[in-house]
Amino acid sequence: MTFEPKIVGILCNWCSYTGADLAGTSRKKYAPNVRIVRVMCSGRVEPTFVIKAFERGADGVLICGCHIGDCHYQDGNKKTARRMPLLKKMLSQFGIEDERVRLEWVSASEGDRFAAIVNEMTEQVRKLGPFKSNGGAANG
Amino acid sequence: MAPKIGVYICHCGSNIAGIVDCSKVSDFARALPNVAVARDYKYMCSDPGQNLIKDDIKKLGLNRVVVASCSPRMHEPTFRRACQDAGLNQYLFEMANIREQCSWVHTDKEMATEKAKALVAAAVKRVALHEPLETKEVSMNANTLVIGGGVAGIQAALEIADSGHKVYLLEKDASIGGHMAMFDKTFPTLDCAACILTPKMTTVGQHRNIELLANSEITELSGYVGNFKAKIKKKARYIDMVKCTGCGRCSELCPTSIPNEFDCGLGKRKAIYIPSPYAVPNKAIIDAKNCRHLKGKAEGKADVCRLCQKGIPNRNQPGCEAEAIDFNQQDEIVEIEIGNIIVATGFQQFDPTKIYQLGYGRLNNVFTGLEFERLTNASGPTNGKVLLKDGSEPKAVAILHCIGSRDTNYHKYCSRVCCMYSLKFAHLLREKLPDTAVYQLYIDMRCAGSGYEEFYERLQEEGVNFIRGKAGEVTDLTETPEEKGKLVVMVEDTLVRRKRRLPVDMVILSCALEPRPDTEQLARILTLSRKADGFLLEKHPKLDPVATTTDGIYIVGACQSPKDIPDTVAQASAAAARVLALISKGKVEIEAAIAYIDEDKCAGCKICIDMCPYKAISFDEVKKVCRVNEALCKGCGTCVAACPAGAIKGRHFTTEEIMAEIEGVMA
Ligand code: FES
Repeated sequence: MTFEPKIVGILCNWCSYTGADLAGTSRKKYAPNVRIVRVMCSGRVEPTFVIKAFERGADGVLICGCHIGDCHYQDGNKKTARRMPLLKKMLSQFGIEDERVRLEWVSASEGDRFAAIVNEMTEQVRKLGPFKSNGGAANG
Repeated sequence: MAPKIGVYICHCGSNIAGIVDCSKVSDFARALPNVAVARDYKYMCSDPGQNLIKDDIKKLGLNRVVVASCSPRMHEPTFRRACQDAGLNQYLFEMANIREQCSWVHTDKEMATEKAKALVAAAVKRVALHEPLETKEVSMNANTLVIGGGVAGIQAALEIADSGHKVYLLEKDASIGGHMAMFDKTFPTLDCAACILTPKMTTVGQHRNIELLANSEITELSGYVGNFKAKIKKKARYIDMVKCTGCGRCSELCPTSIPNEFDCGLGKRKAIYIPSPYAVPNKAIIDAKNCRHLKGKAEGKADVCRLCQKGIPNRNQPGCEAEAIDFNQQDEIVEIEIGNIIVATGFQQFDPTKIYQLGYGRLNNVFTGLEFERLTNASGPTNGKVLLKDGSEPKAVAILHCIGSRDTNYHKYCSRVCCMYSLKFAHLLREKLPDTAVYQLYIDMRCAGSGYEEFYERLQEEGVNFIRGKAGEVTDLTETPEEKGKLVVMVEDTLVRRKRRLPVDMVILSCALEPRPDTEQLARILTLSRKADGFLLEKHPKLDPVATTTDGIYIVGACQSPKDIPDTVAQASAAAARVLALISKGKVEIEAAIAYIDEDKCAGCKICIDMCPYKAISFDEVKKVCRVNEALCKGCGTCVAACPAGAIKGRHFTTEEIMAEIEGVMA
């Protein structure tokens, strides 16, 4: 049986969640592996959300926000982008590969793109195989 | 009180139930902790569906509700209201999106059902942590800003102003009127565009409740519905608007002649000019780029020209007698407070020079649709005579449809008005030049609208030649004696399946309507979204076509998508009605899902202050803690994520609630 990864998608309400809805209204088919959690702005995403997802058995986390310059709250997404290096550092301490976490900008009109990203990421994580926690044993 | 949750799974006819096994999902939900009741029903948003929820709240004493159905962007308000009707705080509700983000995008029934279960589990876990929140009301500023002074903006402004409320009408150009003011006739009734528009323009100019801000642009917007603040840049006009009488003497004196934009460059204007014969405001403006005096001044030269001001005394020609010319005028920033905004910024015409083979800009007598409007217009550069560049009348004219529209290289969409305005051109040509042959080169004729198909039939009877085929090329390389001195349009006539060469004297390109180039910048200032084609995005394409995702901001006319005048005007009236409804209510609810700082935990590090895009957080110097201004906070949660002490709570999106949801989707 092929491995079906579980991916948590954390989407901002204004662009990305709307974009994901558009994929739905235009009946774009994509892999059922991503489960979406809505936040108002990608700037709300805390590194601990991502850690939590992996702790609970996620194999990947997809964070989506508005394109730079289009954030509904001016520049929350820039702050998210700036937090990414810190997040990646934390992830490496938990033994989580870089490719398991993605930050993407998806606008309200990019239903197609959202579907494509989900499919691509599902394939990528499928190749990596299931995530096995090292129990948070710091090595970095 | 322990959570007592009701879970409702919607079939949405077969929209959800066709892929997701709804009864399995409700069985699954029934077994989840804290769930008192779980049901599945055909249409949860229907009255009986909502009554299921209301009855259960009352009879079973539910204190939390989850509905798994469409996107919360669709029906969250509906179900929140149902909860409220049954006496439950609207924030004790959560939605799971199993349609747009599940049944509509997946094909594998089993996996879709599993996913729906996970989304329901997440909502159940989350809702258990929800807290009741109270929405606050603030007063609604009754002033409205309308951006764009074309027919859409004019209509919206007049309707609001007529009801007794103040409107600021912002226009980037020197006069209002927009594209419609350039047209000669309107289809299919052939009303004279100026005759129906100019009275409205004049009314705007004289209306007690309208403050016209011509030659101005919006540069900044802050606040929220009911209480916006906008910064407006009034660009220097170099004219004292109070003193100028619009007599036009200054233009007569001005020695600089340049192509007139209003005539699409086919006619001339001066560097100091009144934009059109029916300009509102009917005042002069100086084009600083071309004015000899202002150019000289910029280069440090003292006192060049100034003929408009000084006159030519030795020829007994006085300058501006009203003393209205002011070369020292500067751009000015003014701030206005408004409650609502209507965006009516229109479109721009596609630039056909991009399609080299059509010869526009290279070959004489290839015109755009707008240029032809000016050529047939009695107030245009030829006084309404359809003339070639050499001053003669064309013997044959080809009108080429779909230039830049329905073309994957440029715009995929249909511009909707071109078939009809092409027919109008054909009619005007047949009327003015009865001996001239007129060809329509079309892909499909799209004549949907009141009286439109009838107009098409009428044109077929007026002796216009219809050729089904898209023109491939316009060339002056002629092959036969009949073609000599003519433009040759190459087209494949797809009805007779034959390539044709059509020798004509004039070619009219029916160009696409496209988003204005400043749409992106405007969208940023107003925090609006755009569609893939670049036009502004409405809140809902069917059910809320004039609203946007930003409350209090509406979009009307061609800035939303290409449309004709009747549709544009209808939208403008619709938006005006929406604004008036809010004004008459007098109050707006402000977001309850905002940030809150726990003073006991706050270390006063001030990191959040820098994070906040709305300057909603301030520092209390006495207590040494930060505090959130509830009227300014919009609930983005950026500060919540950044607070190192975990002292900030993002109401309705608390860390615990989001964590619970993540745990839930993984369950
Ligand atoms: S609202 Fe989408 S990233 Fe901020």
